[in-house]
Amino acid sequence: MDLKLFLSAAVIAGTPLLLATLGEILTEKAGNLNLGIEGMMLMGAVMGFITAYHTQSPFLALAAAFLTGALGSLIYAFLTVTLRVNQQVSGLALTTFGTGFAGFLGQKYVGLLVPDNVKAALANVKIPLLGDIPFIGDILFNKDPIVYISYVIVIIIGIYLYKTRKGLNLIAVGENPAAADAAGINVNLYKYVHILIGGALCGLAGAYLSLIYVPAWQDNIVAGRGWIAVALVIFVTWNPYKAIAGSYLFGGLDILGFRLQKFELSIPQYFLDMLPYAATIIILIIASVKKSKKNLPPTSMGLPYFRENR
Amino acid sequence: MKEAYVQFHGIVKKFGTVVANDHIDLDVEKGEILAILGENGSGKSTLMNMLSGIYMPDSGSITINGKPAEIRSPKDSIKLGIGMIHQHFKLIDNFTGYQNILMGNSSASLRQKKEIKKINELMDKYGLHIDLDKYVYDMSVGEKQTLEIIRVLYRGADILILDEPTAVLTPEEIKKLFVILKNMRSAGHAIIIITHKLNEVMEISDRVTVLRKGRNVGTLITKETSIWELTELMVGKPMDPVIHREECELGEVLLTLDGVTAYNEDGVKVLDEIGFELFSHEIVGVAGVAGSGQKELCEAIAGLYPVHKGSVKCMGQEIIGKTPGEIIRMGVSMSFIPEDRLGMGLVGSMDITDNMLLKSYRDQKGLFINRQPAREMAKKIVEKMDISTPSISTPVSKLSGGNIQKVLLGREIESNPKVLITAYAVRGLDIGASYTIYDMLNRQKKRGVAVLYIGEDLDTLLQLCDRIIVMFAGKISGIVDARNATKEQIGLMMTGKVMMYV
Repeated sequence: MDLKLFLSAAVIAGTPLLLATLGEILTEKAGNLNLGIEGMMLMGAVMGFITAYHTQSPFLALAAAFLTGALGSLIYAFLTVTLRVNQQVSGLALTTFGTGFAGFLGQKYVGLLVPDNVKAALANVKIPLLGDIPFIGDILFNKDPIVYISYVIVIIIGIYLYKTRKGLNLIAVGENPAAADAAGINVNLYKYVHILIGGALCGLAGAYLSLIYVPAWQDNIVAGRGWIAVALVIFVTWNPYKAIAGSYLFGGLDILGFRLQKFELSIPQYFLDMLPYAATIIILIIASVKKSKKNLPPTSMGLPYFRENR
Repeated sequence: MKEAYVQFHGIVKKFGTVVANDHIDLDVEKGEILAILGENGSGKSTLMNMLSGIYMPDSGSITINGKPAEIRSPKDSIKLGIGMIHQHFKLIDNFTGYQNILMGNSSASLRQKKEIKKINELMDKYGLHIDLDKYVYDMSVGEKQTLEIIRVLYRGADILILDEPTAVLTPEEIKKLFVILKNMRSAGHAIIIITHKLNEVMEISDRVTVLRKGRNVGTLITKETSIWELTELMVGKPMDPVIHREECELGEVLLTLDGVTAYNEDGVKVLDEIGFELFSHEIVGVAGVAGSGQKELCEAIAGLYPVHKGSVKCMGQEIIGKTPGEIIRMGVSMSFIPEDRLGMGLVGSMDITDNMLLKSYRDQKGLFINRQPAREMAKKIVEKMDISTPSISTPVSKLSGGNIQKVLLGREIESNPKVLITAYAVRGLDIGASYTIYDMLNRQKKRGVAVLYIGEDLDTLLQLCDRIIVMFAGKISGIVDARNATKEQIGLMMTGKVMMYV
């Protein structure tokens, strides 16, 4: 097995995970656990594909996926922030809704391919200089535009969270909304904005699968990646920079089974396919065993906030 | 007459059917300290939360500097120069002091140096000091409060509200706080301090407004009033503000602790070589800053906290390593009134009868439960303890704090314990209910029970108890005779600065 090819494929398989994980980091930093990632990814995937198929425009397709993801999370935000419904149940409902939404809209498109000009527009572009670095250049800097966008998003979120005043306010909202409120921060506005951006990134992650990774429409195209992202957020301790490594690691696990096929190992294929999910469970166990003050989730995550609560 | 800086006109606030504030008028001048005095549930905090933007009044209005103030959120309140220091600090534990000061302030300069200089100038001006880089989770309660004060001053507050600021402080810290408040008064701030402690009102305030059941029952000039007059206004009837102590001959030793040491989940020593004796016919108080090991001590004795080494003997029998169930079966008659009444003591959603049953159902034979004895016991306790409840089948969580405590105490006393351990028995109770509890404890003492009373208020401890154990960082820093100890002595022991044994 060629290591360079394998790592290069791991980056591509890891990119949808990375985008979804970044979205969920923003959401959880605002104190909301959104279990609807899988649903929002499916919604983004199907709307991205349909738009690409009919308009032939990669830009419109990505915009549609982005907006659909945001729309899905708007339902969640309205339920959990405004109506203060249980976050876990709302998230699961969103996943169920998104699955049905994608299945229904996508049934006519099953098996259809992404139009060639869209595919061409989203093809790999080598970045000058960086792309010429031996080994790493091809793995990281000879990729499609969305991969580059994901790098930029990581850096933007990293700076936002750790260097800006608004980022500090966001973390305060997730840690202790009552304290943030008393300090004059508009808690609900912060929650809405970050849940919506989080959902939009999940939508984009879905579109990456249907437009670039596959690139065709198939039923249940997300195949549990949304759930892996939920665990990844914990694994990378809510840190956008660590999310890169975590996502590519899982991307690698995701394709490992497929890549090992040609060696005709005596391991059953189903066992290899199980790897990313088994690793998810192991990660959750490790995360629950080693707890340090630095790697804890946002303190108020999962709890509704109501100013007049007594 | 000059108009007051802050004025409340006919403020009404209801929560469901409960009227928390009933047409309250109030005013505060610049350069004065106004105390708002009232029992728990009299509406003090609710009233002030309307100034800080947490609640909106149902009717009535607030004017600040002669202009009507529309306060819809904490943000509006901050803009109007109002700063509130909440009873439960509104700080982010995972932030440093600096980050806590900065958060929510969109007008702050991006240059950290400039802001830090500004904060340092403020600290010098008012005689405050704090390490800005320290994380809040590493701070003591006093430091957290100082941080809150710095924050409101930094945000430009000229009206400061402090909600029960002394509740968790040591006497020494209280003194420091009062100096700071006086500094702020002379700097021309309007200061409102919410409290239910009479001697603090007398010491610090210029005027005092008394609230009772949501109404303003009088505003007095502190110099012209007395503790007795204030108590009467607050409670609604004349009352002796001094707690009575039953004088008894000491009996035999009932509980002996020796070298009790325990660690918490993080491996930190929470109890360090604790040893003392508890006699029949005595009430022993435990004083200490919150989190000095009081909770762990109670739970260790009750068999609820794992003890690393040492021994606890109750009436001669070793009970370390036994579960509460085993301790009961050994025939050791000990009762524990936990701090967390509805968490560890009673089941909130169950009625009084079923809560009685909790302690006795195991003794019943057969598959089915016989509720009759429990029902009778419930009736008896309701009558004896003067519990106000619609019926014995009302869920206990619907009762007031005082009545919940009476149900719990009633049940425990009914089992005729020889040793009674109470943790913060009067927390959240009004004066009337507190005095009922003190009376009950005194009656138990007279009967020959050994009572361990974990308390917060040093005045209460000094008046009620025979001896006081002072704890600091899991150690006993002193055991004093309550009859001739002073608050200052105990305060010093609470901070571990002085050790004393009598």
